Formats: sequence, structure tokens, C-alpha cells
Amino acid sequence: MNYLVGAFKPPCNIFISFADGRSRKQVPLKKENGKTVMVALFQSQENIVGEVVIEPIQGKKVEHNGVKIELLGQIELYFDRGNFYDFTSLVRELDVPGELYERKTYPFEFSTVEMPYESYNGVNVRLRYILKVTISRNYVSNIVEYQDFVVRNYTPPPSINNSIKMEVGIEDCLHIEFEYSKSKYHLKDVIIGKIYFLLVRIKLKNMELEIRRRESTGSGPNTYVETETLAKFELMDGAPVRGESIPIRLFLSPYELTPTYRNINNKFCVKYYLNLVLVDEEDRRYFKQQEITVYRLLET
Amino acid sequence: MIADGVEDEEKWLAAGIAGLQQNAFYMHRALDSNNLRDALKYSAQMLSELRTSRLSPHKYYELYMRAFDELRKLEMFFKEETRRGCSIIDLYELVQHAGNILPRLYLLCTVGSVYIKSKEAPAKDVLKDLVEMCRGIQNPVRGLFLRSYLAQVSRDKLPDIGSEYEGDADTVVDAVEFVLQNFTEMNKLWVRMQQQGPAREKEKREKERSELRDLVGKNLHVLSQIEGVDLDMYKDTVLPRILEQVVNCKDELAQYYLMDCIIQVFPDEYHLQTLDVLLGAFPQLQPTVDIKTVLSRLMERLSNYAASSADVLPEFLQVEAFLKLNNAIGKVIEAQPDMPILGVITLYSSLLTFTLHVHPDRLDYADQVLGACVRKLSGKGKLEDNKATKQIVALLSAPLEKYNDIVTALKLSNYPRVMEYLDSETNKVMATVIIQSIMKNKTHISTADRVEALFELIKGLIKDLDGTLDDEVDEDDFKEEQNSVSRLIQMLYNDDPEEMFKIICTVRKHILAGGPKRLSFTVPPLVFSSLKLVRQLQGREENPFGEEESTTPKKIFQLLNQTVETLSNVPAPELALQLYLQCAEAANDCDLEPVAYEFFTQAYILYEEEISDSRAQVTAIHLIIGTLQRMHVFGVENRDTLTHKATGYSAKLLKKPDQCRAVYACSHLFWVDDQDNVKDGERVLLCLKRALRIANAAQQMSNAARGSTGSVTLFVEILNKYLYFFEKGNPQITVAAIQSLLELITTEMQSDSSTPDPAADAFFASTLRYIEFQKQKGGAVGEKYEPIKV
Repeated sequence: MNYLVGAFKPPCNIFISFADGRSRKQVPLKKENGKTVMVALFQSQENIVGEVVIEPIQGKKVEHNGVKIELLGQIELYFDRGNFYDFTSLVRELDVPGELYERKTYPFEFSTVEMPYESYNGVNVRLRYILKVTISRNYVSNIVEYQDFVVRNYTPPPSINNSIKMEVGIEDCLHIEFEYSKSKYHLKDVIIGKIYFLLVRIKLKNMELEIRRRESTGSGPNTYVETETLAKFELMDGAPVRGESIPIRLFLSPYELTPTYRNINNKFCVKYYLNLVLVDEEDRRYFKQQEITVYRLLET
Repeated sequence: MIADGVEDEEKWLAAGIAGLQQNAFYMHRALDSNNLRDALKYSAQMLSELRTSRLSPHKYYELYMRAFDELRKLEMFFKEETRRGCSIIDLYELVQHAGNILPRLYLLCTVGSVYIKSKEAPAKDVLKDLVEMCRGIQNPVRGLFLRSYLAQVSRDKLPDIGSEYEGDADTVVDAVEFVLQNFTEMNKLWVRMQQQGPAREKEKREKERSELRDLVGKNLHVLSQIEGVDLDMYKDTVLPRILEQVVNCKDELAQYYLMDCIIQVFPDEYHLQTLDVLLGAFPQLQPTVDIKTVLSRLMERLSNYAASSADVLPEFLQVEAFLKLNNAIGKVIEAQPDMPILGVITLYSSLLTFTLHVHPDRLDYADQVLGACVRKLSGKGKLEDNKATKQIVALLSAPLEKYNDIVTALKLSNYPRVMEYLDSETNKVMATVIIQSIMKNKTHISTADRVEALFELIKGLIKDLDGTLDDEVDEDDFKEEQNSVSRLIQMLYNDDPEEMFKIICTVRKHILAGGPKRLSFTVPPLVFSSLKLVRQLQGREENPFGEEESTTPKKIFQLLNQTVETLSNVPAPELALQLYLQCAEAANDCDLEPVAYEFFTQAYILYEEEISDSRAQVTAIHLIIGTLQRMHVFGVENRDTLTHKATGYSAKLLKKPDQCRAVYACSHLFWVDDQDNVKDGERVLLCLKRALRIANAAQQMSNAARGSTGSVTLFVEILNKYLYFFEKGNPQITVAAIQSLLELITTEMQSDSSTPDPAADAFFASTLRYIEFQKQKGGAVGEKYEPIKV
């Protein structure tokens, strides 16, 4: 029985590990099967160093046409599932063709790897980085092992960060002026601002601030736009009168945001919006949407 | 419909409480297991129950109180959490992640309280942040409760002077700023409640609002409790800011309540020093605000303050409190043309009380107040409003009570002018009050001017005012009133005859205007008062310098004559007769024969023309006889005339016994012990004999009419007269005459037809005993009596 099972199992186990695996920061990554695993975190221009251990199963030999390790940056569009677009692909040959009888360790190193895009798991698109070890074989299928890792890129605080200030309204009905202190926020930032009521002739019930993520994928006629509301944050309860000003203080940390991605390899983009919604007593909604830029500030 | 609403509300409240308790249960569990995340989650859910709009403030309060209790536990937990190493700053952020604003802000306030206690940040920053963030609740009820929660948790954490939270950066200014801001926002919400919702529920809303008012007022209370709010700060910051809010909110309910609140919570001393500012706000209030009550309370407080210690009085003077209040009231009245007259009077009444307490020496102030009141009342005619009249009575009574002295009040020239606006009924009440005050305090009113003023005041009692119908007046009340006037007249007195005469003239002038009904009450005291003056003058020496004295008894008598004459219009002949006789007697004592004669003449005329009732005649004739007997001023001729007349009247009385008694009384007219020229024994005897004849006739008449002789009383009485004159040495009265009279009586008594009369028997017996007694006395009298045999 054991024998039979062994016949279909790959004849060896492959382990991929990072040289600084113990000290490197681990972040959760959601896999296709829905499970979350902890994987290593890198940023662009880092050296990715580690080793691959191939361990043939006891009493078996592995004949191969060579062993290689690849570092791949892939974009997968869900409408085109299974088709990966590699925007980065680096290869290191680990072994010349031959046979493996016993456990063997191959160190590898990718130096200053250019990884301009961050790992991303969206509604319609996924961007991922993997290390792929391939043992090529004749006549039988290659033995392949993957190791995911996550890339995050940090941006310094922007030198220009204007506030967003705007007066909007419906003529003779509602005039408000709102202000968000900045237009660019880092992921743990806090949105400070205020809404000033210049004219109120409708009976408002409440007001909330939404954080919306707009992910658009594809291009041309095949553009898919998906908008998610990530946060609904009530700012005001009750009906204000003219002259009232309502403070805004929204901490971004509880929400799972990513930085704004303007254009990722012409495949997709992710943008964030603040949507100010006023609801009147008849549940009519009045809103105004403003784009904000989200960036990742190096955590200290 | 309404009942349904109430029922529904009960249901909603019950549901709210159930939800709250359930989440509180989970929260407790999380607290017990130190699970911060769950604690926050469930506390936020618990607080979500407070987001309801369905409850009336009253019911909402119930829900709020439950949440409040739970939040106390949560606060304890937060405190422990920070002790366990959780950063308070993180906690402060963490609670702000809640999506719904109301739970978020309750949690924020709760953590904020712990934050301040931890002193990791300046109290003022946290407070400022909290009070700012609370702006997010614009719903009046929820906002008011949230802010009152904030006020509650921050109360003991204000950076007040001497508080542990006071630091270099945190000063009392920040504490005040915080409370003021919270107050302002709460008031705005409170006022806004009025404008929201349909107009037909206005009353309901007003009711709901008054239930909430203490939440707003609490802030003022907190302010007053802050140690660091000294007078300067109160003057420069606190009061102007509060007033600004009060004035600008333009809401009747709020303005009334808050003004009152200011007055009640802050110390009197502050009010006094900031009077202009405080008073300056009043004219700016809405015209419908019940300013009078508020202002009255302010004045009341200040009056009490002034009364509390004499040390504070200079302060009042220094700030010219009266002037300011007076001006303010003037302005308020001007600013509120629709203010009912009641309000105006109440205001002035309070001001008067105030000035009486604070400036008892400044009568002119009181008069100013009254003057202002008169100006306001003028052109409105008599007051119809019952309450307003009552208020005027209170206003007018105030000076009386204060000074206990009508004389002071009389100096107030505007006093009577105010009274003119009372209806006659109230006018009387007021007049009675004044008189009672005089009686009680035994006030001396000693000049004609004051008397004049006084009568001006009480003229409601002195004469009929327009529009009073006589039949409306209760007889007893009327008597009561007039009696008090009479008593008052008696109290007017001055030692100086000149002045006294003036007083009398003044009084006379007034009472003569009173109409016939009053004269019979008012004339007698005046007459006696005048006679008192006559007696006083009579005791004096003639003016040695021969100067023309204006006040002479003669003059007074002339006046009296005219006065008494007025009674004939009433008519009250008996009374007039008595008064004439009194006057005559006084004239007698002054040796003014013609005057006395004139009085007698008047009395006789009255007797002849006016007194027709036989009983009254009897009384009158006895009075005449009695008075005449004492007159010594008359010459023989005059006396004869008068005596003759009197005797004539006596004989003409209707009933025999009356005739008899009058006639034997007349005998005295001819025999006056201390007047040697009036000792006409013969005529005395004539009188007595005549009396006997009449007595006899009476007996016979009685016998004829009833079949039995009347009692012997008359005979015994005559016997007594005989004995009297006998004793006085009238030579015409002989032992024989007495003896025969005695026998006559004895016979009469033993006669069969006589009716037994124990009283007469006793009378006779004691007369006999007297004779016996005199006999045994011996001496001259004994000798005289000796011959009489009993």
C-alpha cells in the first residue's frame, strides 16, 4: 500500500527557506484556498537570499535535467484566471542534470531585486511574488515547489500635502464646506477635518464618512471597475443648523487599506476616495466624493 | 391615540433597557476576563441603545441613567487597564474606532476622564478635545444627555485653582473656558428643540424642554463652584459670555430659566459688582420673557444680602445699586411695551422693597419708585386686574411695614397718587391697612400738613368714591371701617393749640365731605377732639401781650356749632343733641354765656323739632336737665328761660311715670348746692309736689285701666328727693311733708288693690333704713332727722 502511494507522490521534498527567515518580518497572506499563512516580507531592491533543500524520499533517486529557482512577479486577472502575467522573472540554475540520492542543499541569491509593485489581493486582480523551484525531468512531469512572499514598498512623507477644501451644495437647500487636513495619508494616518454648514434647509438625519476603494482592471472595453466601501464612519447624529461645524477624526488603522496604485503595469489601478454622505429624514442621500492618496510610510 | 403613544413609549423603553442589559452582561463578562476588545465592542453596542429617537426626554433619562451606571464600571476597567500597562493614549484612540458616533463619544468621554486622571496629557487639552468632538451630536436630546455626561465626568477634573489638575499649562481659565463652551453648546441644542418638529406639538415640546432645563443649568452651577472664578474673572469672562449666549439664543424659555439660574447660583456680591452688565441684558431679552419674576428675585436676593450684614451696605452705595436697578427697570418696561400692568407693578414693588432694605434713609428713592409707578399707571384708568391691585397693595404696604410709621410714608408725595389707581374696594383695604399701622405703632401725626396728606390717603374711607353703590357695602364692614376712622381722628394730636386747631380744621374739611352716612361716626370724635383743645386753652392764662391769638375757644365753638349742625342732615338728632350739650358744658367752663346759651337753644330746637320718639325724649330731657343743672355761666334771666323750658318739656312727656321722673329731676335745676344764687326752695317744692300729683294720677290711671294700682316706686323715688333736699337744708321741705309722704306710701303698700312689687318694697325698706341710720348718727344731721317718725 505504501508502495503504491509512493508511486504517485513526488520522489522528493523541496524546502525553500530564506537566509534571514527567522529575523525577517512575517505578514499574513491570504491564499487561494482561503487560508491565511504567514510569509516573509520584502521590499524592492532587497537581496533575496536563501537555500533550497531537496530531500529525496528514502530509497529513491531522482533523475533530473537540471534544477533551477525562479523569482516571479505575477499579475493574475480573475477574468482571465489561470493566466499569469509575469512582470518580473529571474532565474538561477541550481544544478546541472544528474541524479540525486540524498538530501542536497542549494544556496541561492537574487541581489537587489527590482520589485516595483506591492503584493495585492483585490477583488478582480492579484499581484503576487513567488519563488519557484523546478526539477526538470525527462518523460515525467517536472517537480515544482512554490514559496510566496510579500513585497511592500515604503514611501517617504510627501513633500507637498495640501488640504482638501471644498464648498458644495444644492442651491437654496444645503450648502456645506468641508475640509480634510491632507490629501495624502499613510496607512496608519488619521483623517482630521471639519464640515461647516453654511445653509441647511433640509432636515438631515445623520452624516457619515465612507472610505471607498476603486479597483479598475483591464483596459479599453475590457475595463472592470469594482468599488468597495471599506469604512462607514458616522460623523454626525441629528440635524445641524446653519453655522454648525462638525469635527472629523477618522483613524485609518482599523481598516485594511493598501497604498494607492496608480498604474500597475498597465494592468490595474487601485484608488481611494473619501465619500461624505449626508442622509435626510426621508433617507435621501447627498454625497460628495474626493480622492485621497494613500501611501505606505516606513514603520519605525 | 395619545394613550397608544404612551404605551408604545413604554414598550420602546422596555426594549431599550433589555438591549442595554443584555449588552451590559456581555460587557461585564469581557471586563471580568480582561478582554479589552470585547469590552469595547459590547459597550459600544450597549450605548447604541441610546441612539433611539423614540423616547421622550423623561424616558430617555431612565435609559441614560442605566447606561451611566454601566459606564462607571467601564471607567474603572479602563483605569485598571492602564495600570496593567495599556497605554491610555492607545485606549483613547481605540475607542474612536467605533463606527457610530454616539457610542463613540460616550466611550471617548469615559476614557477621557481616565486620561485626565492619568495626567499624561494636560487636562485642558483633553477637555477641549472632548467638548469639540461632542459637536458631532446635533440631535438635541441625545446631545444634551451626552454633554451632560461630559459635564458629569469632568466635574471633578477641572483644572481649578487648588485642584490637582492645575498646572503651568492648565489654569482655571481653561476650566472656565471648557464649561462655558459646553454650556453654550448645550443651550443651543436646548433652544433648537423648540424649533424642531410640528408646530402643533409646541406645548408638549415646551414641557419636554423644561424637563431638560436642569441639564443646561447644571453648567452654570459647575461654574459657580469653580474656586478660581473670582470676581474679576466673573466680571470679565464668565458673565459676559453667559449673557451673550442667553441674549443671542432668543428663546423665551431659555432666557427666563437661565437668567434666573445666574441670579440663583452666583454669589450676591458678584451680582452687586456686575449689576450694570447683568441688568444691561434684561432689555435685550425677548418681549415675552417673564422678566418681572426674574428681576424681582434678583432684587429680593440683593435685599436679603443687604439685610444679612451692615458691612455690605457701603458696597451697595458704591455701585449705586438703586440707580442702576431703577434705570434697568425703566428700560425693560420701555423695551416690553406689551408687559401687563401687573408685571410693571411687581417690578416696582420689588424695587421698592429693595430700596427700603438697602437705603432706608433715602426716602427720595422710595418716592422716585412710586413716581415711576404713577407715570406708568397714568392713562390706564382704574385697575381692573385683580392681581395687579393686590400687587399695588403690597407695594404700598411695604413702606408702612418698613418704617412702622405712617409719617414717613406721608412724606412720599407720590404715595397717594399711586392709590388713585386702585378701585374703591381696594382703596378701602389700603386705607384700613394704613390706619391699622397707625394704631399699632401709636404713631403721632402732629401737623396739619400730614393730616391733610393722611386723609388724602385714606379718602377711600372718608368719602364715597365714584361708582360705589351703597347697597354693595356690607353694614358691618362699613361700621368697622368708620370706627377705625373715628379712632384715627382721636389719635391726631398736637400740644400746640395753633397747630391742633389747624388739624381740626383739616379733619373737619375732610369728614364733612364724607356724606351723611359717615357723619354720625366721624363728627363725635372730632367734637371731642375739639373740646379737648378748648379745655386745654381754657387752662391757660390770657395772652399777656394782648396779641391777637388766632385760636380762641370762641372760634372753636363757632366751628363746633357748624359741625354739629351738619348732623341734622343725617339726620341724627339725638347725637347732635348730646354733642350740643357737651359743647354747652365746655362753653360754660369757658365762661362764654352767649355761646353756651346758643348751644342750649340748638339743643332745645332739636328736642322740639326732631326728637319725637318718646323714649328718645325721655333720654334727651334727662340729659338736658343734667347738663343745665351744672351750668353756672347763665344769668338769672337766661337760666330762667332755659329752666322753664326744661320743666315744661318734662311735664309734657307722654307716659306719666316718665313725666313724674322728669319733673322731680327738674327740681334740681332750682337748687344747686355750690351756687348760692340758685337755691330756690319754693320752686323745688313746687316741682316735687307736682311730681307727687303726677304719681298719684299715674296710680289712679293704672287703677282705672288695670284694676290695680301700680307700684309705689315713684312715691319712694319722690321720697328720696324730699330727703335729699331736706338734708341739703331746703327750708320748704318740712318734716311734716316727709311724714305724710311716708304714711302715704305705707298706706298704698297696704292697700288691697296694690300689686306686690318686691323691688319697690326693698327700695322703701332701704330708704327707711337710711332715715334710721341718719337719726342714730346724731349731731346736726341726727337732730334734723329726729322728728321724722317711721
